[in-house]
Amino acid sequence: MKIMVAIKRVVDYAVKIRVKPDKSGVETQNVKMSMNPFCEIALEEALRIKESGIASEVVAVSMGPSHCIDTIRTGLAMGADRGIHVEYLNALYPLSVAKLLKALVDVEKPGLLILGKQAIDDDCNQTGQMIAGLLKWPQGTFASKVVLDMEKQSAIVDREVDGGIETLCLDLPAVITTDLRLNQPRYATLPNIMKAKSKAIKKYTPQDLNVDIRRDLEVVHVTEPPKRKAGVMLSSVNELIDKLKNEARII
Amino acid sequence: MENWRSSAHRLLRLCSNHPSGYRFSRMVRKSAHSEVLCRHEGAFTQIQPPILQKKRHFELYSHHLPLRWVIGKTPGTQSRYFCFMATKIERNSTFAQLNSDDISYFKKFLGEKNVIQEEDALLAANIDWMHKYRGSSKLLLQPRSTEEVSQILKYCNSRRLAVVPQGGNTGLVGGSVPVFDEVIVNVSLMNNIISFDKVSGVLVCEAGCILENLISFLDNQGFIMPLDLGAKGSCQIGGNVSTNAGGLRLLRYGSLHGNVLGLEAVTANGEVLDMLSTLRKDNTGYDLKHLFIGSEGSLGIVTKVSILTPPKLSSVNVAFLACKDYFSCQKLLLEAKRKLGEILSAFEFLDEQSMTLALNYLEGVRNPLPPPLHNFYILIETTGSNESYDKEKLEAFLLGAMERDLISDGIVAQDIQQASSVWRIREGIPEALTRAGVTYKYDLSLPVDKINDLVKEMRNRLGNLATVVAYGHLGDGNLHLNISASQYDDAILAQIEPFVYEWTSKNQGSISAEHGLGLMKANKILYSKSPLTVQVMASIKKLLDPNGILNPYKVLPQSMVA
Repeated sequence: MKIMVAIKRVVDYAVKIRVKPDKSGVETQNVKMSMNPFCEIALEEALRIKESGIASEVVAVSMGPSHCIDTIRTGLAMGADRGIHVEYLNALYPLSVAKLLKALVDVEKPGLLILGKQAIDDDCNQTGQMIAGLLKWPQGTFASKVVLDMEKQSAIVDREVDGGIETLCLDLPAVITTDLRLNQPRYATLPNIMKAKSKAIKKYTPQDLNVDIRRDLEVVHVTEPPKRKAGVMLSSVNELIDKLKNEARII
Repeated sequence: MENWRSSAHRLLRLCSNHPSGYRFSRMVRKSAHSEVLCRHEGAFTQIQPPILQKKRHFELYSHHLPLRWVIGKTPGTQSRYFCFMATKIERNSTFAQLNSDDISYFKKFLGEKNVIQEEDALLAANIDWMHKYRGSSKLLLQPRSTEEVSQILKYCNSRRLAVVPQGGNTGLVGGSVPVFDEVIVNVSLMNNIISFDKVSGVLVCEAGCILENLISFLDNQGFIMPLDLGAKGSCQIGGNVSTNAGGLRLLRYGSLHGNVLGLEAVTANGEVLDMLSTLRKDNTGYDLKHLFIGSEGSLGIVTKVSILTPPKLSSVNVAFLACKDYFSCQKLLLEAKRKLGEILSAFEFLDEQSMTLALNYLEGVRNPLPPPLHNFYILIETTGSNESYDKEKLEAFLLGAMERDLISDGIVAQDIQQASSVWRIREGIPEALTRAGVTYKYDLSLPVDKINDLVKEMRNRLGNLATVVAYGHLGDGNLHLNISASQYDDAILAQIEPFVYEWTSKNQGSISAEHGLGLMKANKILYSKSPLTVQVMASIKKLLDPNGILNPYKVLPQSMVA
């Protein structure tokens, strides 16, 4: 069985984000970029499934400008067998990503598609659900545990939902999106980093895949959240009541 | 071996009551002696021929019962024994005792809040980070400005009250806590950032600024501090400067002697020496600030610092590698300096025992490399301005090292999270050591090729008595030798001291690479400096602090400053 993993290049999780002065977005020049943490977890899960013998190949897919190749190389260094880069220079929103993924799935025919539940730059949490809809595949989102049963050709997925943990049984092929507690991604060891240099990364463009990218979303402006104001020390209960009445107007 | 070393060793051996020659003796309490209890030191050495001993007592007691308290009978003296060894340093009787007039004087200009006499607050200030040294100060002062520091010192000098300057109290040689009842002058309230020049990168701030806060402030401006150490969350820049702290980035940015452009210090008589310059180049006269950098508070209290900060470069890469033997580590260092050149920013090593300790005692830490455990681990960090160029350079270097069989395994951190996890292992070893039991801590500068020889010798000497843990800044030739045991024991100490100091001295090393002398090594300076040099140091101390009130009993040997 082949597993396809979609990975995204985002601003590193530990970086302090600054909004661009023209409020059109977040500063990404000269800022450390890395693989989205949830995508790392997705890739780790795919690699574990491959190591257990159930899958034969793990393909890492990324979409965007040429820098994405760095992220795909990281994925290959972790252990993925092949990479696919869909080159597109402008911003890609979840629906476009889902359509491109569908086209790739039709080409590669994987038995399992694993994604991170959301990207930490846009927090959309939509791509996995959309691609499952387009492919008409079952989906197990927010997965905190995945167990595959090849005899029954199904996956048993524990989902982290608001009320607790929900266990679903999905028929393969299926879409799984990963949550934080699924696993701890491995480090890329040196031998694997060296091997990754010779692994193949195939390049596609949206035209090659016959996908028409439409700008269905437009970012109007991006602002920082309001800064937390310092607290005010009050000296008496009367002052508190006065402020609650007249300034905060709650009583 | 230089001429002075052999005679210094002879002198040191002659005057030391080494544990191997101790005698069990009842503690004889004659006149009012206050004793200082240090948990681990055995040999209290004085650089003084036996003839001049006179009033000083060289008594060593060995109590094998831990934590036994004995309260002295004579009023005004305290005899407390922690664990086994009590080293007797006599309280200098020329220092005055605190009285209520002093307290009211301080309260007048410092305010009630900043004159602290409560037991609980004093307890934290009286004990050092390693919980090895405990003073009995009755007064903690927290000045808010240089003028207040000046007033305090002027008064203390006139009254002959001994003073301990204190910052974050993270020192590892007992230099930041009182020995007896010295007044603690803690500069934590002086934590303002005075100015920052975005063009030149010069930061001017007060001595009480915590290093981590400065790092965050500079981060917003696109700069970094030239030093970084595990204690950054608590240590203050005044203390860092006063102790010439080294740290993890010394390899790249050099020591504080190079990065501190100016400072303001208050000398013992309360005079404010304003040497706060922001100039990169200034060859006018003797550069006095260098005296204060590294003097551990014995020449003056640093109140303001002007420091040159390097720009923050975006591309940071961390690699964690395993080597099978020390020879490979050395070759790797040479290769790294050559191949990584200008982007190399840190080169640390840790041995198998350090790794085991870190994995067992630190939470949330896992081995980046798959098992088995290797003999040596190396952490390499590169900092540069071009991500892809640096990565290429690093990978080429690593490939070369792998092909030449210098590395058995390794990882390259793929994001900041992984990089911090790897650094956590290295930075967390001192913490892990404190959790594992008791530690005999040594900080030595040695020629790189000799470092592992010393570690092997120590392992031979100690056998099953204790675990020898070695790690350090290999790039700077700095070994942090730690001997970890379940409890303090004379037998262990006997195997360590003075062997480790003599070995270091014989190999032209330094007995304190970056931790300083403090109280722990106050009488050991002759292992690394010639007697004449120490005499000149003593003259300078006499010049700047004639009454000897600043951080007494520390840094220089007692006999030379008395």
